[in-house]
Amino acid sequence: MILTKTRAVAIKELRQILRDRRTLLILLFVPAFFLLVYGYALNFDVRHIRLGVQDNDRSTSSRELVSAFVNSGYFDFVAEPANPAAIDALIDRNDARAVLVIPARFGADARSGRPTMVQLIINGDNANSATTVIGYALGLVAAQSAKYELEARVGSGTGPLLTIEPRVWYNPELRSALFLVPGLIAYIAMLTAVVSTSLSVVREKEVGTMEQVRMAPLGPVPYVLGKTLPYFVISLASATGIVLVAMVLFDLPMRGSWLGLIAAVSLFLVGALAFGLLISTIAETQQVAFQIALLTSYLPTLMLSGFIFPISSMPAFLQLVTYVVPARYFLVVLRGIVLKGASLTLFWRELGALSVFALVVLGLASLRLHRQWT
Amino acid sequence: MSNPDDLSRTSADRTAGRELPAPAIDARHLSRRFGSFVAVDDVSFQVRPGEIFGFLGSNGAGKSTTIRMLCGLLRPSSGTAIVGGIDVGRDPERVKPRIGYMSQRFSLYERLTVDQNIVFFGGIYGLSGARLAERRAFVLEMAGLRGREHALTGSLSGGWRQRLALGCAILHQPPIVFLDEPTGGVDPLSRRRFWRLIDTLSRSGVAVLVTTHYLDEAEHCHRIAMIQAGKLAALGTVAELKGIFAGRPIVEVRSSKPVEAMRVLEAMPEVEKTSIFGTAVHAVLRPSAPDVDAVTRKLSSQIDDPVESALVEPSLEDVFLDLVMRTPAPGASPPNAAQGVSAPRGDRGDNP
Repeated sequence: MILTKTRAVAIKELRQILRDRRTLLILLFVPAFFLLVYGYALNFDVRHIRLGVQDNDRSTSSRELVSAFVNSGYFDFVAEPANPAAIDALIDRNDARAVLVIPARFGADARSGRPTMVQLIINGDNANSATTVIGYALGLVAAQSAKYELEARVGSGTGPLLTIEPRVWYNPELRSALFLVPGLIAYIAMLTAVVSTSLSVVREKEVGTMEQVRMAPLGPVPYVLGKTLPYFVISLASATGIVLVAMVLFDLPMRGSWLGLIAAVSLFLVGALAFGLLISTIAETQQVAFQIALLTSYLPTLMLSGFIFPISSMPAFLQLVTYVVPARYFLVVLRGIVLKGASLTLFWRELGALSVFALVVLGLASLRLHRQWT
Repeated sequence: MSNPDDLSRTSADRTAGRELPAPAIDARHLSRRFGSFVAVDDVSFQVRPGEIFGFLGSNGAGKSTTIRMLCGLLRPSSGTAIVGGIDVGRDPERVKPRIGYMSQRFSLYERLTVDQNIVFFGGIYGLSGARLAERRAFVLEMAGLRGREHALTGSLSGGWRQRLALGCAILHQPPIVFLDEPTGGVDPLSRRRFWRLIDTLSRSGVAVLVTTHYLDEAEHCHRIAMIQAGKLAALGTVAELKGIFAGRPIVEVRSSKPVEAMRVLEAMPEVEKTSIFGTAVHAVLRPSAPDVDAVTRKLSSQIDDPVESALVEPSLEDVFLDLVMRTPAPGASPPNAAQGVSAPRGDRGDNP
């Protein structure tokens, strides 16, 4: 009997989703669109920085420094401004993102071991890339400086004494796409589960079908199960689809087990669907439901989960807030499974946190729903 | 009942009810307060199986609140409601399989087809397989929707939707049906057709409780309860209700100056009260009043205009207006009345 009723609700919901082109579009195409945008366009690597050089020295040393910049692969030499006004123009027109100014006597000072400095003018209109440029330049100059110091002391250029041999594991080319795919899964799951679920329940309240359904001997359990099951399946399919597409387009290495992935996504989805239901018990109109969903799930998932901004660089207060953002834990697990091939048991802490979230929200939602239903 | 073998298996207490004609609905001293507002105030009535019971009242009088309590959606503040032999306040879930409910909003899924709606509502009442197929065919036939199974419900006109909503409410063959203003926004022809369906339903033994504010529709009901400001103002058959005018003849007066005629009539000692009915004026005469002709002559001489008048049978509207005027609006009454009470008080403060 319960099965008949649950199935009736689930089939009805699925038919409504299929009939509603707009929702369908959001559920199916937005994930694909985001994947392409984030995969191809959104790139946090800074490369090919247009560099202007004003070389007032024109010595072997100054040319060496300039080639060190260009040969690093991060900088493209674009212009040679003759005077400060030309530098201004270069930066203003955005022809150059940075200008390196080498003083006269640079070579002589450097070779004789006297401290000297070069100036780097950076366009700070994009703070993120400016910071990266500074980082690159500091590294290059430090290496060059070590070389001169050694030459001055020993007399021959054998290279620096201390070097770093970086080995980047799991994502050796440091491609953003690989890093973003797990975040994208969390984001899509949150979108379909929380937003769609809360909207679909609140819509029934608005239209009045909810009251009609409550007149039936249905009970909240088959109603909730039937209502959320379609979104659960769609979200799961969406998540699997994202991984598959990323594997094809971005060579995402799916190193872990699919079963582990599905298990982790399912756990996350239970919490998210429960959260959607909880919102629907609070909101009376679709507009309010959407606003609440946006503020409590969509934005935190985007901003406070470590999806785009690293949690460790947030202010202490915000770091505390991230502890109640389920996506934070989910991302750790997902990245572990997809990029590292780690087994689920390693993430018992994160999985525990996700379970606690799911249980608490599910409890709250059913409590409120039960009170409203009878 | 259209399907007796099916009914015998739903519950034992209905079999008992057949031997002892128990009421299908038994409301005893039902009250519901929302804060300090009393929406339903000590309402008692019974509805027998096969009876069409009309619930009349203006908007906000407490009709829908009463229905919601009888259906188990709202707990009564006090009093009990026994529906289909079950105490609704105690066990609302057990009442639900025995009742059908259709509201003024015809709450169907507009983005689903006719057929998909039927299958859904059948499903949540636990119907499946052959039983669902049989009931589906019945509803399509009854609503005249054969051939339109795959039409989007939202594209149907009011009459079709109304009949489909009724069909969805009785898919599970409930012995009790609640109709909350079922004819709102539907054309007169569809309304007539709808009432024929209700008649058929009641003849098969189903108890029907219907709320309406169309007084002409109330004539279809076997018995009528008039509810005013949450209180039961009158209860009885149409004839019984009209009986309150026994000894107080009603004169219908037609004149080219109805407003003036009304004013003059109001001032006559033999007239108890007047009210406007379209272009005519109904004047209720006091029992002691002289004959109609005397009143007519007096009136036409005073307003200097030919007057036509005749004794008329009281209509339900007369009854309703009479009851509404008689019931003093208490402090906690519908918004309109509450405003009427508070307005003079405000005036006094503004104009000393």
